[in-house]
Amino acid sequence: MLYREAGQFSVRYADDRRFFRLRQGRLGLAALLTFAFLGVPLLGNDYWFSAILIPFLVLSLAGLGLNLLTGYAGQLSLGSAAFMAVGAFATYNFELRLPGLPLLASIVLGGLSAALVAVLFGLPSLRIKGFYLIVSTLAAQFFVQWALTRFGWFSNYNSSGVITAPPLQVAGLDFSSPAGRYLLTLGVVSALFWLGANLARSELGRNWMAVRDMDTAAAVIGIPLLKTKLLAFAISGFFLGVAGALWAFTYLGTVEPHGFDLSRSFQILFIIIIGGLGSILGNFLGAAFIVLFPLLLSNLATLLPAGFIDAGQLENLQKMVFGVLIILFLIKEPEGLARLWQRFRERARLWPLRY
Amino acid sequence: MEFFFEVLIGGLLAGVMYSLVAIGFVLIYKASGVFNFAQGAMVLFAALTFVSLLERGVPFWAAFAVTLALMVALALLIERAVLRPLVNRSPITLFMATLGLSYVIEGAAQALWGAQVHGLELGISDEPLELGGLLLSQFDLFAAATAAVLVIALSLLFNRTRIGLALRAVADDPLAAQAVGVRLQRVWAVVWAVAGFVGLVAGLLWGARLGVQFSLSLVVLKALPVLIIGGFTSVSGAIVGGLLVGASEKLAEVYLGPWIGGGLENWFPYVLALLFLLVRPAGLFGERAIERV
Amino acid sequence: MFKRTFAGVALALAATAFIPVQAANEQYFPLQSYRVGPYAAGGTGFFGGFIDYLKYVNANGGVNGVKLTWSECETEYVVEKGVECYERLKKGLNGAPAAATNPLSVGIAYATLDRSTADKLPLITINHGRTDSTDGSVFPYVFPLQLNPYSEVSAIVNWIGEQSGGAAQLKGKKIVTLYHGSPYGKETNEVLQVLADKYGFELTLIEVPHPGNEQQSQWLNIRRLKPDWVILRGWGVMNPVALKTAQKVGFPANRIIGNIWSNSEEDAAPAGAAAKGFISITTHPSGTGFPVLQGIKAQVVDKGEGDLADPKRFGTVYYNLGVVNGILNVEALRIAQEKFGQQPLTGEQVRWGFENLRLDDARLEALGAKGLVQPLQLSCADHEGGGAVRFQHWDGEKWNLISDWVQADRALLRPIIEASARKYAEEKGITPRDCSKEG
Repeated sequence: MLYREAGQFSVRYADDRRFFRLRQGRLGLAALLTFAFLGVPLLGNDYWFSAILIPFLVLSLAGLGLNLLTGYAGQLSLGSAAFMAVGAFATYNFELRLPGLPLLASIVLGGLSAALVAVLFGLPSLRIKGFYLIVSTLAAQFFVQWALTRFGWFSNYNSSGVITAPPLQVAGLDFSSPAGRYLLTLGVVSALFWLGANLARSELGRNWMAVRDMDTAAAVIGIPLLKTKLLAFAISGFFLGVAGALWAFTYLGTVEPHGFDLSRSFQILFIIIIGGLGSILGNFLGAAFIVLFPLLLSNLATLLPAGFIDAGQLENLQKMVFGVLIILFLIKEPEGLARLWQRFRERARLWPLRY
Repeated sequence: MEFFFEVLIGGLLAGVMYSLVAIGFVLIYKASGVFNFAQGAMVLFAALTFVSLLERGVPFWAAFAVTLALMVALALLIERAVLRPLVNRSPITLFMATLGLSYVIEGAAQALWGAQVHGLELGISDEPLELGGLLLSQFDLFAAATAAVLVIALSLLFNRTRIGLALRAVADDPLAAQAVGVRLQRVWAVVWAVAGFVGLVAGLLWGARLGVQFSLSLVVLKALPVLIIGGFTSVSGAIVGGLLVGASEKLAEVYLGPWIGGGLENWFPYVLALLFLLVRPAGLFGERAIERV
Repeated sequence: MFKRTFAGVALALAATAFIPVQAANEQYFPLQSYRVGPYAAGGTGFFGGFIDYLKYVNANGGVNGVKLTWSECETEYVVEKGVECYERLKKGLNGAPAAATNPLSVGIAYATLDRSTADKLPLITINHGRTDSTDGSVFPYVFPLQLNPYSEVSAIVNWIGEQSGGAAQLKGKKIVTLYHGSPYGKETNEVLQVLADKYGFELTLIEVPHPGNEQQSQWLNIRRLKPDWVILRGWGVMNPVALKTAQKVGFPANRIIGNIWSNSEEDAAPAGAAAKGFISITTHPSGTGFPVLQGIKAQVVDKGEGDLADPKRFGTVYYNLGVVNGILNVEALRIAQEKFGQQPLTGEQVRWGFENLRLDDARLEALGAKGLVQPLQLSCADHEGGGAVRFQHWDGEKWNLISDWVQADRALLRPIIEASARKYAEEKGITPRDCSKEG
C-alpha cells in the first residue's frame, strides 16, 4: 500500500523518464532533503557533524565516483585515493595561487584536475583489461602520492608537506563551524549525486553498462570504446577529486599525501562492494556501513567491563569481520545493501496486504 | 662501473625475493583463475606463526612443520569457504573476495600472535662478501638458491606427478578436466596448500630480511608488477619478471633518483609494468587470451 | 538482518551519546591509542607506560586527591580515526573533564591542532609534532614538549661535533641523512641544510619511500658516498631494515645515529646482530632502575595491573616515554591545581599548568625521575622547554647511555621557528598573543 503505483498515470513521456516515477518516492526524497538541510543542523551536535555525518557524506561521494567507473563502466580501479589526493591538493593550490577565486570554483577546478589525471592513467584501459588494469590504477596511486610528497610546490613548501584548509567562505558566508561544514558538504554532495544519478541513466550511462558487460560486443554494436572508457575515467576522477577536496577541507581541515594511501582506495572499493555495484543508493548505504560499523564495535566495547576486550584485539576483530562481510556479500548478495532496499520496496508495495 | 654492477647484482638478488612471492600467485592463478591478493597476508601469517612458535621454544623443524600444517588447513578452509561458493563468478569478483580474505588473514594473524616486531634469524650470516671487488650479500645468494630449489621442485611437481598432470589439465580447461574425472576441488586445495608452502618459504626469507611484522603483507605490492611483466601463468615468467623489476628499480633509484627525486621505488615497477603491458598485454610469458563474442 | 544491524548501530550510538552526567572528583585523559597496525609496537609501549603511570598516581592518592581516569579509543595511527576519537572523547567521561590529548602521531596532531585550539584542550606532542608550535604565542594549545624536530637534529650535530673534537672539526665532514618519505621524515631537511651551511659539513639527503622495507639502493649509494655519519630518521619497520641493509653493504652500525623515533628496542632488536653498536638519541632512557619505575613495578605491575601484554617490555624505551609523558601531564595538572584549586580542571586551566611547567633537579629527584626526564621550563613563548637529548648505544641486548644531556642550539633555531609560526598565523588569520602580558 505504501509504495503503490495505482492511480498515478504517466501522461507525458517526460513523466515516464523521471528519476522517481512515484509520488511517494518524490515526497520521500523531498522530506529527506528538508530534514538533512534544516532538521539535522538544528538537532545534531559537534560529534555527529565532525565524526559521522561529514565523513559519511564525503565517502558516499567518493563511492559514487568509483561506482561510476567500476560499477557502471566495469573498469576496476585501486587508485581512487590518488584521484582524491589530486583533487585536494589542486583545490588547495587554486585557492592559494589565485586569490579571490571563490571556494566552490576552486573545488570544481580541483575536480577537473583530478579528472585530467584520471584520464591520463585511464589511457591504458584501451589496451589492457580486467585486473591487468589495476596495475595502471596502482601506478597512479603510488606515483601521485610520491609526486605530492616529492615536490614541495604542491604543499606551498610546507616543511612537512601538510596542507591546511583555507577559510571556508561561500558567497560571503562563513562555513567554518561544524554545522556549517556539514551544510557545505551536504550541498556539494547533493548536487553531485543529482548529476551522477542522471549521468548513469543517460546514453553515456547505458554505454558504460554495455562496455562493462562485454566491451568487445559493445564495440561491435557501435559504441565508441575510447570515448566511453575515457569519459568514465574522467567523470569518476572528477567526483573523486571533489570528494578529496571535501575530505581535506570540510572534514579534516588538513591533509598530507599519506592520508590518501592505498588503504583509502580499498576503503572506497569496499563501500561500493558492500553498498552495491552499479547502484546510486548503494553508495550511501556502503558509506554509512563503513563509517558506522567501526564506531558501533568500539562503542559496544566501551559498554563491556573494562579490560574485557583489548582495544587492539577489537581492531583485529573488526578487520576480520570486514573481510568476512566482503566475502559474504560477494557470495550471497553481489548487489549489496542496495538490493535490500529494493526488496523492502517490493514488500512495501503490497503491505499490509499479502498480494 | 663497479658500482653499476653492484647495484645491478643487488637488484637482481632483491628481484629473486619478489619472485618468491610472485610464484605463489602464479600457482593459484594457473589452477583456479584467481588473482590471489591474499598471498601477502599468507606470507605474513606464515612468518608470524613460525616466529611466534620459535619464541615459545618450539624447535625449528617442529615449528616449520606446525606452520606448514596450519597453512594447509588454511588452504583447505579457503577452498571450502571462499572458492567453492564463488565458482563460475567473474575474475574481478574473485579478486575482490581475496581482498576480503587478506583482511581476514591479517586480522587473524595479529589477533593470534600480537603486533610486535619479531626478529628472525635463520642462521645465515649477512656479512657482505667481497668477490672480485664486487660486494655481494650472502643472505641474498642464499635466498636465490632457495628460489632455484623451489622452482625445480615445483616443476618436478607439475611435470612428474599425477597431481601435477591433473593441475595442468585444470589450468588448460577446467570443464574438460572435470569431464575426464579430475576432481577440481581437490586440485584447488592442493594448489592453495602449495601456495601456502611457498608463502611460508617467502615469509621466512623476507622475515629474516626485514623482521617479522605487519608490513610483510605489503610485499604483495612488489609482486604485482613482477607478475604483470612475467605473465600470470608462468613460473619462469615470475622469476624473469622478478629479476627485471628488481634490477630496474634499483638502477632507477640510483641513477634516475638524483634527477627526478629519490624514493621512486614504490611506483617505478608499476610504470615499467604498464609500459610492458602496452606492448605485450599478456606479459612476457603469459598466454594471450582469445575473446569470443 | 541488516535492518536490525542498523537499528543496533543507532541504538548503541544513542546510548553512548546520552551517558548520564555525574559530578565526580576525577580528571580525565582521553587516550587516542593505537595497539594494532604497522606502528603498534610504539603505541602499545607508549600507552602502556602512560596508563601505568596514571595508575601509579592513583595508587598514591591521585593528584591532591583528584583521581585520574582515562579511556582508550583505537586510532590505528590513522588520521581520521584519530579525529573521530578526539571528537568522541573531548567532552570528558562521566563528568570528569578532559585534561589534554596525547595522540603520539604527527598526522593526528596536525588534524586536531585547530580543533584543540577551538575546544581549548591542550594537545601534547611530546618529542614530535609541528616544530613551529614551539612558539606558544601563535599556538597557545599545542605543546611539543621536551624536544621538537629541529632541536633534535641540532643536538645530534652538536654531539657529532663533540665527538670529532669541537664544532670546528665538523667542517668537511660528510653526513648523510636517511629519512622516511613522509612529512615527518622531511620536517628537518631544511634546518639540516642551515646547520650544514653554518658548520660547513657536507650534507646528503636520501629518501626512503614509505614504509621502508626495501633500502638496498639507498645503502649502496651511502656506501659509495662513504659518509662519516648517517643520521637515521626512520619510523617503524624502516629502522631494523636500515640496520640490516647497512650490514649487508658493510656500513658500520656505530656510525649510524638513530633519531628520536629510531631509538627503541623494537627498532634495534629485530635487526639482530646487525644492530650491535648502533647509536641513537633519547629523551627518555630505557631501564628499570629509576625510582619511579620501581614504584610502578611495586604498586602496579607486580599486582598484576600493568597494562603491558608482554611484561618483558617494562622499562623499554617506548614504555619509559609513556611514563615520562605521564609525569609531564600530571605535573602540569599539579601546577595548574596550585593556581585553580585542588579539583578537576578544564582544558584551559590545564593549559596554564603546561605553560608554567617547571621541573628542576630537585623536583625530578622527588619524583624519582632524575636522569629519566630532562629539566624543563616552559613559558608562554616556549612550549618545548628542554631541547636536550642523551645518546645511547645498543650492545645487542639493551641500550646503554653513553652521554649526559646534550643541548640543542636553540638560539639558532628560534628565529626559524618564529618565522614559520608567523607565516602560519598570517595564513590562518591568527593574532599572536603578547607573551609579555601572560602571567
